[in-house]
Amino acid sequence: VAEPALFGLLIEMGPALEAAMTGGAREAVFFKMEMLGYNVGQRLVERLAKDHARFTDTLDVVKFICKEFWMAVFRKQVDNLKTNHRGVYVLQDNNFRWFMNASGATTLQDATQAMTPFLWFPCGLIRGALAGLGYATVVMAESVGIPQCTFQIKIATGR
Amino acid sequence: MAKPLKTLGEDVWRTKVEKVNGELFALTYGSIVTQLCRDFNNNYAKVNTQLDKMGYNMGTRLIEEFLARSQLGRCRDFRDTAETVAKVAFKMFLNISPTVTNVAPDAKAFSLIFDENPLAEFVELPESARRRAVGSTAGPVENGDAMASAPAQAPLWFSNVLCGVVRGALEMVQLQVDARWVSDVLLGDECSEMRVTLIKVLEDEVPAGED
Repeated sequence: VAEPALFGLLIEMGPALEAAMTGGAREAVFFKMEMLGYNVGQRLVERLAKDHARFTDTLDVVKFICKEFWMAVFRKQVDNLKTNHRGVYVLQDNNFRWFMNASGATTLQDATQAMTPFLWFPCGLIRGALAGLGYATVVMAESVGIPQCTFQIKIATGR
Repeated sequence: MAKPLKTLGEDVWRTKVEKVNGELFALTYGSIVTQLCRDFNNNYAKVNTQLDKMGYNMGTRLIEEFLARSQLGRCRDFRDTAETVAKVAFKMFLNISPTVTNVAPDAKAFSLIFDENPLAEFVELPESARRRAVGSTAGPVENGDAMASAPAQAPLWFSNVLCGVVRGALEMVQLQVDARWVSDVLLGDECSEMRVTLIKVLEDEVPAGED
């Protein structure tokens, strides 16, 4: 499937969900996007990981997300992975694929603001993928300016 | 014409477009549809409309992508349009090429038969979404509690977004069309058929706003 088709779908997702809700807040739309991402991530990871050797530890799982999962979804690998060895992982992508075609906003701040909805869906994707691999997590994303993007993963429970 | 459309479509697909994981695409679309069904209380008519609207907005943008990458000029007639949509446009974005059939004698309408549909790869519709109103003889609503609020009318046209895309894209090249599904394998039909009918060729004017 061609990339523009997927981007089109992602762009329209927000307005469609909004239209389907009766007077909901913006946050509710974000929340739904995250949930959709979660569902997709969970199912996608099942397919991706089915031929993968058994994971040895948490780091192994996170590495899988950074490499294979990222490759499948964003067509590149994560640029930088940091951890505090206490369940927090920070994934940094300096050239986040889904920001590539963004345009229109005049200032960096506007742009970052405008892209916020597009961070919720991938957050869900990652959280879903990790859930599919047996880890309950909290995933947060932030961008100091496109196309850079950082995802912070907090592992809530091990398995 | 320099190249047959089929070859052109294949070339564009192979060399000019960035590709993404098809499963990601299918799963994302699927979960959007599911969410919409939930939000609209399984009122499939409304879901269909919303999907069509989404598609329309996508189509108005995708057409630019299409024109830029295919480098195609104006179509000679609507029949030519049909071939282009099937062999180049669908090929380029979804890597499928539906068959063009049933061209109306005045060439104002055509059907696209989809042998494969990447959107519906993992899909099986629930019984309620498949129920189809047949004139006035539509069966009574079974009052399963989940379905209590669902009126017995339109079935869910799962891939309705494609109709919207076709409609939106063609409208940007001055062709106002009506695109709708006639049958869908997901509803138990033999094949998936989309009927595209030309309403009129628009003069240069500002398209009516739709969001």
